Amino acid sequence: MKKSHINFIGNRKIAMTFSGILMVIAIASLAIRGLQMGIDFTGGTLIEVGYEQTADLTALRKTLDDSGFKNATVQNFGTSKDVLIRLKLEEGVNSADLSTKVLEAINKNASTPTPAKLRRVEFVGPQVGDDLAEDGFLALLYSTIAILIYISLRFEWKFSVGAIIATFHDVIVTLGVFSVFALEFDLTVLAAILALIGYSLNDTIVVYDRIRENFRNMRKTSTEDIMNIAVNDTLSRTIMISMTVFLVLVSLFFLGGEVIHNFSIALLFGVVFGTYSSIFIASPAALMLGISAEDLIVPIKEGAELDRMP
Amino acid sequence: MQNHYPFWKNLLILGIFLISLIYSLPNLFGEDPSVQVSSTSSLTQEQASKIESTIKTSGVTSKAFEFKDGRILVRFKNTDDQLKIADLLRDQMGGDATVALNLAPTTPAWLQNIGADAMYLGLDLRGGVHFLLEVDMDAAVSQAEERYTEDLRLAMRDKKIRYLSVSKDTDFIKLKLKSAEDKAAVFDMLSKDFKGLQVTEPPEQDQLWLKMSEADAREVKKFAVAQNMTTLRNRVNELGVAEPVIQQQGDNRIVVQLPGVQDTTRAKEILGTTATLEYRLVDVEHDVQKAVEGHVPVGSKLYFDKNKSPVLLDKRVIVTGDQIVDASSGMDQDGRPAVFISLNGVGAAKMGKLTQANIGKPMAVVFIENKVETNVENGQKVRHKEKLEKVISVATIQGAFSKRFQTTGLDSPQEARNLSLLLRAGALAAPIDIVEERTVGPSLGQDNINKGVLSFVVGFVLVVLLMAGYYKVFGMIADVALAFNVVIVVAILSMLQATLTLPGIAGIILTVGMSVDANVLIFERIREELRNGVSPQSAIYMGYDRAWGTILDSHVTNLVVAVVLFAFGTGSVKGFAVTLIIGILSSMFTAIAGTRMVINWVYGNRRVEKLSI
Repeated sequence: MKKSHINFIGNRKIAMTFSGILMVIAIASLAIRGLQMGIDFTGGTLIEVGYEQTADLTALRKTLDDSGFKNATVQNFGTSKDVLIRLKLEEGVNSADLSTKVLEAINKNASTPTPAKLRRVEFVGPQVGDDLAEDGFLALLYSTIAILIYISLRFEWKFSVGAIIATFHDVIVTLGVFSVFALEFDLTVLAAILALIGYSLNDTIVVYDRIRENFRNMRKTSTEDIMNIAVNDTLSRTIMISMTVFLVLVSLFFLGGEVIHNFSIALLFGVVFGTYSSIFIASPAALMLGISAEDLIVPIKEGAELDRMP
Repeated sequence: MQNHYPFWKNLLILGIFLISLIYSLPNLFGEDPSVQVSSTSSLTQEQASKIESTIKTSGVTSKAFEFKDGRILVRFKNTDDQLKIADLLRDQMGGDATVALNLAPTTPAWLQNIGADAMYLGLDLRGGVHFLLEVDMDAAVSQAEERYTEDLRLAMRDKKIRYLSVSKDTDFIKLKLKSAEDKAAVFDMLSKDFKGLQVTEPPEQDQLWLKMSEADAREVKKFAVAQNMTTLRNRVNELGVAEPVIQQQGDNRIVVQLPGVQDTTRAKEILGTTATLEYRLVDVEHDVQKAVEGHVPVGSKLYFDKNKSPVLLDKRVIVTGDQIVDASSGMDQDGRPAVFISLNGVGAAKMGKLTQANIGKPMAVVFIENKVETNVENGQKVRHKEKLEKVISVATIQGAFSKRFQTTGLDSPQEARNLSLLLRAGALAAPIDIVEERTVGPSLGQDNINKGVLSFVVGFVLVVLLMAGYYKVFGMIADVALAFNVVIVVAILSMLQATLTLPGIAGIILTVGMSVDANVLIFERIREELRNGVSPQSAIYMGYDRAWGTILDSHVTNLVVAVVLFAFGTGSVKGFAVTLIIGILSSMFTAIAGTRMVINWVYGNRRVEKLSI
């Protein structure tokens, strides 16, 4: 097993430029196109029906249009036999009953021999949508604050800011992917984003931990070199764990079904960016904030007490 | 000795593994489609034997018949048999008992005896309906104020206080007195009997404006939610749902989860509507046609029956729905669907007197359904109350009757059942709106389970192969620990009876990918120590020792995020957070203590030249 000696920190300008471009694209897309919010947040009705044969979408659209559901969008979901019908919240319409009416309409005027089977209905009223969005935002905020506090206690504020920068980078770029490709952002994706925060931090902290240890052991080495050695030391671990997580996500993406699709996509991109950022972004960020051996004198003592096997 | 665990430590680890294994076992057994018969009062042995013989004579073979704690559970081989018997028993039992479809776990008795149950599956896995209902608090307060208005009138009449009017507008109940001198008497009455009302004195001397106090309004709101929950619980019980969930969420919302329910239209109808009956005499003295043309006589009211033909009825009501104390459905002598009604004392007396005096005259039954629809108009919630009144039967009074009688004229046994149910289950204290609905069909639920399990197995195998390929013997040991981690997660989920959802399964799968993290950290450390020329035994020791701090830090951050997710997540997302939290914690145990124990067995206490890592 050979040890790697790649000059990550020395080439940080390249990584920074690359990340900068990614961030600009992501933020621009988020600002201009926004996110394709799912009904969890916007409110609305979503009806999934299954046919025994390939569904005739054109006929279905016409049926819905004729029955007065003018703004229904109809698309296949997963297979050609499954259809997803989306209805926006509409003024003057009692949305709670909408799903029943839609199902009645498509089965009454169906040209197909077997009626559509109801697979799933999701109706979210406007108040609930707002609540869910608010809760989601608060979850993001509180987890960020909690992480800031924990890393500040265990390490040092410059590290905690560096970790937050790296994590935000991952979150924003992943959100950017959802914006650019117009993927639907629903509750499960929000959960994935939060899980991603945990994962990305986990990766970053492993590197930081090694930097702290190296500061302790290599007093005469420059900060830049210490960081480089730490990133190289942990490189095989970083890649290995990304691989295992990536593998399970690939399995989930291909076999887990449509409902969990966007959840897997969010995490797949998140893991790739999370791995990248913990190698290329987290340490340079702390470096730019001016981290030095002196910053870690007190935390070393604190850490030493904890660094023992249970 | 560096790489040796004391006996007690090995025993502890193995003990935890064994207990986890036992408690995760129930999940391997399947479920039987079954029918559950229960009643508010326990079923008797006699009823049970009757049901048993009904099933026997129906030609359907049941797998098992269990009569325990006054409840009956009948297991079947397939859902067709289950549905057939459920329909049969529903007709037989009528309103005497609740017949519910259920999936009964086939966990062996010895496991059940130690409290080992299978994981509780969420609605996205077992199919069913989730409703979030919002109680209209303003309406509850407004209704209470209307009651106060009525009570005030009565009280003043009682106390002989002369008043011009008592009326309720948007802000106040306004009291107009005949003379300002009576004010003292009113104040006296208010302080005695109407403590919940706050008095404002307007410039007009002969008026008093009243408003419910904050505390009283709060009390009314609390009561409205509690009362609605009771009513909903009654109605859900009547629907025949096994294991329903009815919970308050926040101040004014109620969660209703009905596992296995597919007919959401019916569920919505039952939850949201109030229905009642009224009995009136038919006006035979006036001409119906003239009434249709617009000349309705003063004492009468025009109704329509199911065929849209007009019926003229007396305006005075003989008996109203709130005098009905019990109702059940069934068939009358001619095999028509019927509702059997019992009246309270007042109703019975009135009914007795009227039927006595009107033998040979026709009487009509009016079915009244109150539906509340909420629409959003111009960003404002607008509530439309819809009162559907129709005459369901007109029959000649053959003889006097009072307390118990039957009503026919309903379209189907189903309608008779619904009506008797609504009459029995009581009215809602305040209108409710469905603000969220999530329905999952049974086929999708099973699909979700299959897909979840498949992606789990494939993901697991991939990780196992990668670890074994990269870290050899150490990797295989980590794989064993990984398998045990899954067992522990499943065992804890089963013990807590936490709800497993599809995102929850995703959480377990993600845990599989992430929980080898600790092992990767340790093994990389061991490799590093070996590279630095440390002896194999010391390398193992130092690898575990030095990786510990890193593992702690990285897992705690992960845990913090998962806990926040749990705190703010709703529904299925909460399920994801739960599995993530349990997975992170148990992986620290299996990946550190578990692998260490096995590695000690393999490499400890002997001279080792080379590690397979």
